[in-house]
Parts: sequence; C-alpha cells; structure tokens
Amino acid sequence: MPYAVETRDLTRVFAGKKKHWWRKPKPNEEESRGPVTALDGVSLQIREGELFGLLGPNGAGKTTLIKILATLLLPTSGKAFVAGNDVTKDPFPIRQRINMVSGGETSGYGLLTTRENIWMFSQFYGVPSKVSKARIDELMHAFGLWDKRDAKVRLISSGQRQKMNMIRGFVTEPDILFLDEPTLGLDVNAARTIREYVMNWVRGQSGKTVLLTTHYMAEADEMCDRIAIIDKGKILACDTPENLKRMIHTQTTFRLEVDPLQDTSTFQRMDGVVNFSLRDDASKNRTELTFILENEAPVAEILSAITAQGAKVHALRKTEPTLEDVFISMVGRGFE
Amino acid sequence: MTAAVARRSDLRFRIGLNLRSIVGRAYPRVIGANREPSWIFFEAVLPLLSIAAYVYIYRAIALNQVAANPVDAPRILANMNALVASVVLGGAMVAFWLNVLWSMASQLYWEKEIGNLQLYMMAPMNRMALLGGMAVGGMFMTSVRAVSTLVAGVVVFGVVFQVANPLMLLAVFFVTLIALYGLGMFFASLYLLWGREAWNLSALMEEPIFFSSGFYFPLGGLYQSGGWGSVVAVLGSIIPAGLGLDALRQLTLGETAFGGKFWVLSAPVELEILVVLAVGFLILARYALAYLETLAKREGKLTSRHQ
Repeated sequence: MPYAVETRDLTRVFAGKKKHWWRKPKPNEEESRGPVTALDGVSLQIREGELFGLLGPNGAGKTTLIKILATLLLPTSGKAFVAGNDVTKDPFPIRQRINMVSGGETSGYGLLTTRENIWMFSQFYGVPSKVSKARIDELMHAFGLWDKRDAKVRLISSGQRQKMNMIRGFVTEPDILFLDEPTLGLDVNAARTIREYVMNWVRGQSGKTVLLTTHYMAEADEMCDRIAIIDKGKILACDTPENLKRMIHTQTTFRLEVDPLQDTSTFQRMDGVVNFSLRDDASKNRTELTFILENEAPVAEILSAITAQGAKVHALRKTEPTLEDVFISMVGRGFE
Repeated sequence: MTAAVARRSDLRFRIGLNLRSIVGRAYPRVIGANREPSWIFFEAVLPLLSIAAYVYIYRAIALNQVAANPVDAPRILANMNALVASVVLGGAMVAFWLNVLWSMASQLYWEKEIGNLQLYMMAPMNRMALLGGMAVGGMFMTSVRAVSTLVAGVVVFGVVFQVANPLMLLAVFFVTLIALYGLGMFFASLYLLWGREAWNLSALMEEPIFFSSGFYFPLGGLYQSGGWGSVVAVLGSIIPAGLGLDALRQLTLGETAFGGKFWVLSAPVELEILVVLAVGFLILARYALAYLETLAKREGKLTSRHQ
C-alpha cells in the first residue's frame, strides 16, 4: 500500500533576489540576497489515516514542504509522492484528493457571504452544487458558524474567517488535508473547535490523512499520531510524541525566571548542561531560561552564575519534558 | 488510497468540473459585484459625463454648420446624430475595456495579493476555466453597466439607432467581447509576471486606447487622416475594441452614415478579423498561463505574496 505522503531526499532551494545594476543594495542586504535552502534532504513517510505533525520554528521549511506536496512548488531535487502520485509529473490526481488550509488566510471575496465563498471554492473541485450546499450547512453547524452563514466575509472576525477557511478545506472531502498553522492567532475556543474537528475527522473514518504544521507544541502533542521535528530544512527527529519526549527522559528540565542577563555564554560550558534556551519577556522585564541537564547537579552552579551577574532569580521549577524541550535538547534554542 | 475514495478523471467528469469552475468563478462578479448599489453612480452615471462632453462639442459644431448653411441642415443633423450615436456606443464599450484592463488583466495579480491564487492553482480545474469564469462574470457584470450607459445615453441625448441586421450585430458584439476578454486573459498572466509595473501599464493603456481605438469618434476618420494618424489607428486596431466598435457602428447607424466615408473596413470583414483575434488571444492566454504556472512552481514567488 502506498503511503499517503512520501518524500525522498527532498530539497528546495530558493534562488534569492536578483541584483539590478540600477539599484544600490541597502546595508546588510547583500547577505539576504543569496540562495536559501528551505528544505534539505527531507525524507518522510506518512501513512494513510495518520494525523502527522510537522513541528518547527518559523522559517524551518514547513510551509515549503506543504507547498511542494500541494503541487504549488517544484522541488529542486528529490522526490515527493502524494497518494502514490509524483507531485512533479502527475498533479491532477493529487489535486483531486487534497486540500489545504493556512492560518491567517485572507482568501475569498468580501462581497460574498461565507456560504457563497465556500460554495465557490467547492465548484473548483467539481462538487455538485446541491451536495456542496448540504455539506456546507453541516460543516457550518459543526464549526459553530451557522449564525454567520449569510454574513458578508468582509464583516466577520478573523476567527470566524478561519473557521470558514477550515470548512472550505473539508467541503471537498479530501483524502489528504494539509493544515498549515491552522490555529494561528485564534482565541482558545476557536482553536479548540478546530483541533477537535480535525482529530474526529481523521479518527472517525478510514482513509483520511492530515499533515499539520504548527509551532504550538501543545497542539502537536495533543493532536498528532507522529511528529517530525524540522529545523533549517532538515528533519531532526520523527516519532510519536511520547517517544520523542522519551528521548530526553534521562535528562532533567529546569525553567527559571530571572532578571535580564548580560552574559549567558558560561552556561553552555558548564558540565552537565546538555542545552539551554532563553526567551525575553519584555512585559515583565525578565528572561525565561530553559535548561536541559544530564542531572540536577549543575543547578547550584547555574544559580551562582546568575546571581554573580547581580540578577535575581524569581522562579525555579523542574518540569516534565515537553516537545519544545526535545527541540532545545537538539538545537540549543527554543521556537521563538 | 482506498477504492471508496477513488476519484474520477474521465472526460465527462473533466468537462463537468470545468463548467462548474467557470460558473463558480463567474459568481462573485455576477452576484457579488451588483450587491453594492454604488456601482450605478460610478459606472453608469459618471461615464455619461464623458459622453456628454463629446456630445455637446459635436452638437455645437453641427449647429454652427447649420447656421452657416441652412439648406444642408438635414444632412448635417443626420451626421450629428451619427456622431452622437457613435459616442454613446463608444461610451458603453468603454466599460468593457476598463473591465478588461482593471478586472481581467490585473485580476490574477490581485488574487495573488489576497491569497486566492494558490488556492486556484491547487484545485484540479483547468486554469483556462478560471480565466474563463473571470471573463464570463466580467462580461455579464459589465454588460449590465454598458446597457445602463447605453439606455441613459439614448434617453438623455435622444440618439436614434437603425438596426438592419440584428443577427450580425449580435455576432459582432459577442465576438468583440470574446476577443477583448481573450486579450484580458492573456494580459492577466503577463501582469502577474511583471507585478506592479504592469499595473502602471494598465493606467497607461486607458486614454491612448480610447483614442487609438476610436471610442469617441469613428475610427475610419483617423485611418484616413494619413501619416501618424493612420499608424496609430492601425496599431489601435490590434485592440479588438477598435474594429468591433467600427462594425457595431456600421450595423446600428447604417453603412451610409457619414456618407459611408468613415468606416475602416466592411462589417463582415471586420467580423472575420475579430474572429482571428479572438482565437489568437485565447491561444496566447492558454500558453501564457501555462508558462506562468511553470514559472510559479519553479521560482516559488508567484503564488504567495510572502515568497
């Protein structure tokens, strides 16, 4: 049985900006002109019926991978297959089977109602009008958008708009659904509605597959059967959330909330520190440090190093490993 | 994939898919665009002002001629009616040219900006069905506006049309529209390739095309002016509105209007040329879009505004 999605050594390089003789580059612009490797030898197999997560920080290559799988981009090298079809050679059968929804999408036409917009997109997949309208009504109830069915799209909130986008993704009854940060910027309730629907959709019927990209750890942890952690275009690890966290179960995670620090280079040199990340919280004027340690021994040395800089420790707690800790353990920084 | 979700790809399915896609994409223009009543003021009433300017100039000239030569008044007034009718007809066709420029040629660029383009490119429909839907919707939407302008022109300026061959008139009208929108479909891909610079090209192509295609005067006059005037008129005829308008004027005013001196070619010949232009532009549009899609997928910067 073919995989729902399979990539083999997939690489995508963006050429970078062209130089124009009439335009002087701005300072530091030279560095950003060069080619960018968005995907670097990515090999993945996603089974039919799987809810597969792609977890990584912004710019990791998640969206590029989805665009290649959605037949919107060509790979520079390597192969990608969706539903057994090569994305470069045979896009038509792929396009019949897939759909994609991205977070923060502003697609559709403001003058049309939510219902009309979704109906319009369903026509591009050949869904008979009557069938489409019945599905839209059903999905609008499921996503709690029924009250807004006749509201013009330009007049609804961003959360309602994202629900509309999700319905657009489901209305064509795809076999494989690509969700690119679908809950980005949504309130808790809207995000929960979407997450629950997606999980029920995959697990409540056979043959449905979801590839979800996100940089929300909890979301990936809660929803996904398996997760691939991606950074700088490379897959760092791929397993179930439990197994990924088990990778660092022999290690210890500590989180500290401290005053802003001048120097953090000493931490990396300490014995027993596997990796650490820091995140500044400007609202509190504090820094949150996450340490992945081999054991608890270096904690005293870390606290001494902080207090030696005149900084105060406001909180210190030992935590269960999260997916972010797995990421920190691998690359030495957090997602933000 | 399981057999239960096997998808169809036979010819009948593809035809149905593409017809639905055309209807789907035409829908926002047919229904959505008429939801805002403000269009009546902006697109039916305001164009009358441009028409009025030409009408009053032509009337003033004619009345001066009548005052100087009262014996020839019937001929002068007939000519004046033909000129005013030409302007009203041209004013109505302006709506189509503006629609082609701003809502066809620049549409894919705009779709990219709002994020629709990648959803269109990801769908299984034929890309020509997308452009076809835009064109059909645009034709319908603009026909409502053009007819409003035409009716208002007839009522306000008392223009008299004489249609001897309504079938030929309809054929010329529809072939002109197909050729015009075919050009718009071709431009749509070019505009997307050229980005914002092409937007300026649209602005640049308004007034010069109004002139070189004879929107407010019989184009034959420019042809016969000799020198640069003839060159401009020949170039303007590549835009299908020029020959289309000339044929429409012949068919609504009679071949003898203006003493039969100001026509470019006979209406049947112009219809034949328009058919060639229509087919040519549609073929160009098909290949331009295929090229654009390949480029978009290779360079990855056309379907997303962020890349």
